Amino acid sequence: MEGGVHDTGGRPTTEPIDRTEHELAEWELLTDALVGALSRTGVMNVDELRRGIESMPPDEYRSASYYERWLYSAETILTEKGVLEPGELEARL
Amino acid sequence: MSFEPGQRVRVSAREHRGHHRTPGYLKGRVGTVERCQGSFTNPETRAYGDSGLPKQALYLVRFENGHPVSADIYEHWLEEAE
Amino acid sequence: MSHDHDGHDHPHEPVGRDGEPPAAARARALEELLVEKGVITRETVREGIDWLVSRTPADGARLVARAWVDPAFKARLLENAREAALELGLNPGEAPVVAAVENTGEVHHLVVCTLCSCYPRALLGPPPDWYKSLPYRSRAVSDPRGVLAEFGVELDPDVEVHVLDSTADIRYLVIPQRPEGTEGMPEEDLAALVTRDSMIGVARASSPAAAAA
Repeated sequence: MEGGVHDTGGRPTTEPIDRTEHELAEWELLTDALVGALSRTGVMNVDELRRGIESMPPDEYRSASYYERWLYSAETILTEKGVLEPGELEARL
Repeated sequence: MSFEPGQRVRVSAREHRGHHRTPGYLKGRVGTVERCQGSFTNPETRAYGDSGLPKQALYLVRFENGHPVSADIYEHWLEEAE
Repeated sequence: MSHDHDGHDHPHEPVGRDGEPPAAARARALEELLVEKGVITRETVREGIDWLVSRTPADGARLVARAWVDPAFKARLLENAREAALELGLNPGEAPVVAAVENTGEVHHLVVCTLCSCYPRALLGPPPDWYKSLPYRSRAVSDPRGVLAEFGVELDPDVEVHVLDSTADIRYLVIPQRPEGTEGMPEEDLAALVTRDSMIGVARASSPAAAAA
């Protein structure tokens, strides 16, 4: 039952399900909408989004929040496609 | 090939290193086709910038795990089972 | 600033402004860059945010309530959830496909996406964190009764628990069983009993007594 870190079905775990909920933060709504906009404009499709998420190093995947994974994927795929230059985002921070 | 509701099918256990939507826990398992869900672009190629065409048939397949689990599996991951 | 962790793990990140994670600034910088480059427009982003915040489980609940009172509608909903949603003036989402399944006295459905977090957002709003969590995604397919028990749902042993793993582009919505004691209730009162969790399959719909309490 090996497979990517994202391939979680049936993996043994004793971790209880944390039912705490949180309202989406502004940056999370923004990330969602950015990915949606990229999909609408044909720059990055949902399969590429998923592929990008699945490419995260396993430890990062596990500790990242849902939208942190989306953001990681968008940055990765956009850099791969040359839409973003390597380091360009960092320079903006 | 295409499958009919009620038909027994086996999910391929082949290794696939790139993006794909067949979960590991179902690879190699035998299940029963519930229905054909229609045809959809192939996520395995679309994930790498391809159009994902031609569309692939998608089947809802039911497996027994002590309890039933159904999943949507692409035709090219399924073969007839006894 | 300390947090009460309740004994379980949270991702620990150095905090940015106002307690935001570093990802927040990255998201804003990404938007800036993409708009500057003409890849996307701010307006499209705005529209996306507006759409997402407008999504609510009340839409899914309307489908369920109508299905409870109108057997012919229920049949149409089970056959083609997209068309049924459009019938009620609801937005089923552009894509992908949404499909409804029905809980009965014999079968209880539970929905999961083991590979990521696929979910009928257009009709239920954004999924809760637990739905996207690794333990839920792992255990829903291997121990659904254990998961249900954790959510406070006990089922008779002869009720089949049927898990649906949304592995492709179909999103599943559960029609929970209509609670006892709801005969003759107006449709909008019925809809108020239909919780988001009952449409995922980790809860039953509320009973009228519980809802009134």
